[in-house]
Amino acid sequence: MSEKTQEKMSGLSRRSFMKGAGTLAAASMFGGVAPYVMSSEKKVLRYLGTAVNQDTTIGEKAKEDLGITIEYIPVTTDEVTKRILTQPNSFDLVDTEYFSLKKLVPSGNLIGMNANRIKEFDNIVTAFTKGEVAGKKIGDQGTAPKKVFYLEGEKSKKFASSPTEWVTLVPTVYNADTLGIRPDLIGRPINTWAELLNPEFKGKASILNIPSIGIMDAAMVVEAMGEYKYPDKGNMTKKEIDLTMKVMTEAKKAGQFRAFWSDFNESVNLMASGEVVIQSMWSPAITAVRTKGIPCVYQPLKEGYRAWAAGFALPSTIKGQKADLAYEFINWFLSGWAGAYLNRQGYYSAVLPTAKANMEAYEWDYWMLGKPAAKDIMSPNGQKLASAGEIRDGGSYEDRMGGVACWNAVMDENRYMVRKWNEFIAS
Amino acid sequence: MLPPSFGKGMTRSTNSILAVPFAMVLAMFFVLPLLLVVVVSFWDYTEYSLIPDLILMNYAELFYGCFEWDQGLCTTFATYLSTFKYVFLTWCFTLAIGFGVALYLVFCVRSLKMQIVLFLVCTIPFWTSNVIRMISWIPLLGRNGIVNTALISIGIIDQPIEWLLYSGFSVTLGFVHLYTLFMVVPIFNSMAKIDRSLIEAAKDAGASAWQIIANIIIPLSRSGIMIGSIFVITIVVGDFITIGVLGGQQIASVGKIIYVEMSYLQFPAAAANAVVLVSITLLMVAAMMRIVNVRKEL
Repeated sequence: MSEKTQEKMSGLSRRSFMKGAGTLAAASMFGGVAPYVMSSEKKVLRYLGTAVNQDTTIGEKAKEDLGITIEYIPVTTDEVTKRILTQPNSFDLVDTEYFSLKKLVPSGNLIGMNANRIKEFDNIVTAFTKGEVAGKKIGDQGTAPKKVFYLEGEKSKKFASSPTEWVTLVPTVYNADTLGIRPDLIGRPINTWAELLNPEFKGKASILNIPSIGIMDAAMVVEAMGEYKYPDKGNMTKKEIDLTMKVMTEAKKAGQFRAFWSDFNESVNLMASGEVVIQSMWSPAITAVRTKGIPCVYQPLKEGYRAWAAGFALPSTIKGQKADLAYEFINWFLSGWAGAYLNRQGYYSAVLPTAKANMEAYEWDYWMLGKPAAKDIMSPNGQKLASAGEIRDGGSYEDRMGGVACWNAVMDENRYMVRKWNEFIAS
Repeated sequence: MLPPSFGKGMTRSTNSILAVPFAMVLAMFFVLPLLLVVVVSFWDYTEYSLIPDLILMNYAELFYGCFEWDQGLCTTFATYLSTFKYVFLTWCFTLAIGFGVALYLVFCVRSLKMQIVLFLVCTIPFWTSNVIRMISWIPLLGRNGIVNTALISIGIIDQPIEWLLYSGFSVTLGFVHLYTLFMVVPIFNSMAKIDRSLIEAAKDAGASAWQIIANIIIPLSRSGIMIGSIFVITIVVGDFITIGVLGGQQIASVGKIIYVEMSYLQFPAAAANAVVLVSITLLMVAAMMRIVNVRKEL
């Protein structure tokens, strides 16, 4: 190539870059009405979701197996909802939580997922479809997935009460959440949610500052203290919200809490630095504390767990070819490799047989059956999570998921609840 | 280069024409969005949609219980009270420190070169992000942080001091650390313009150092003090990140309430809150402008 053409090329590319930048600016100004800039040849999926679920390794593996480039759009849980409602053209595939569906489905911005196109659909765990684990009913307070699993039709804005071929989300990952503790600093057994407000831990407790989830943890505590028994913790009346926040406000005023957290990393730092010894926590945060060599336990409690579940959905504006790609990716996601990857992080995958086929027997025994580890247990990134002989906190899948008491939820009185939560923070 | 005649014979109307581009930028990116916020604050909303309307509910909910005095302070008043507390504390400390630093730089450092070097030294912390500057206090002030460990090891205390972090103390410390420079710069600027012969004259007339500061330097640098105060006060009123990070999210701020409402798609409620916040800030700035006519004194 002569120097002259090179110059010309670089000039061109700069111009086209400027053009691209202009389009981007226009797109951000007019909220996604910009024309498709991508060529139809390239297989690209814009994947909207929370950063915790968007693992680089999973994206790389999908590229290797399917030739699909996954472009992650990592945002917070609340931001996912906001994006679906306000910019439904800005993604091709979304990974969101079941409890958000009460807000999302009435907007008509998501389309029903065709169950017939999901290869492993019949193998999806019964915790989703029937609300059962190993044939036993589990807690269904809050937005349990089975309540919002099916739609009346592809473009319906209503949940169906009996199974149809249209599902709201194709489930991917779920877990049972509980309190995290520092056993070395507490030095005695903990077995109830009520311990969060035990004056013994004054100035050393924390709760998460995401109102819709925080109030559920608060309700578990109030119930465990014997103050009140909720008919449905996931859908409180105004009076119940008042009562819950009153208990929490009194504790806050008495100096029970060291800090609140709203970001995964904050919870890790609070725990690892010893500022806090007992708090609401998410499973990967426990793992993160442990990989620093600091003891941290995801403590099973007698009142049970607060569960959550997430899945894939498509925006209603999606076109034929993109939809095919999305289904191809979802089917790949459920085909085992990704499921095994999630299981090794301490989550659960929605289709267990395929995940099992991709895990070593000793890994399956540790993560799913609650047996002592035959060898050291490694995280997918090669960090040691547990030594040989240790047992997973909370035990087997059946013990943990079977012990679910309630699910993350959006309440009918959500507006009032958010106001009360702000009041609690201001108190 | 412009011809020497440029600017002569310009009328009021050519002046206004020259102002048009900037006025348009302001209208597009400041006035219009602000008007939108005001409009939206009267709308209704559900979990998933905004409903154009003309209702006062957002304001009613904002001031719910605020005028029943026997019930204690309502959320909004309590939040503003706590915000004003930090505004006042931060203002006092940044003013005292900022004034002192500027005074030293202008009147005690003799060479201009040294003045510039020291002034640049003041700006070094600004080379990193302010979130990082906030977060770096945490390992210092924490329960097992450097300060507590050091105090325990030299035997001054036996139990770690709890109020160092996630408290009013750490929030104020963070604000002062972050925003003192906003005081230093304008005060330095107006002090540098003070005619040295005034000070010589005062000295000759037998004035003490305190009298010089009180009767000459403070009155002549009040435009700088006022500009610095406006910077600090408006920043602290709207801040929620520093209060969140260093207050352990246990201390209320208006910004945080707006943030929470936005993340629950309660845009009209957030807009109502924003309107009240902007009005209060504007009132404060207007009041300060009445005390000192900054434009005239620059």
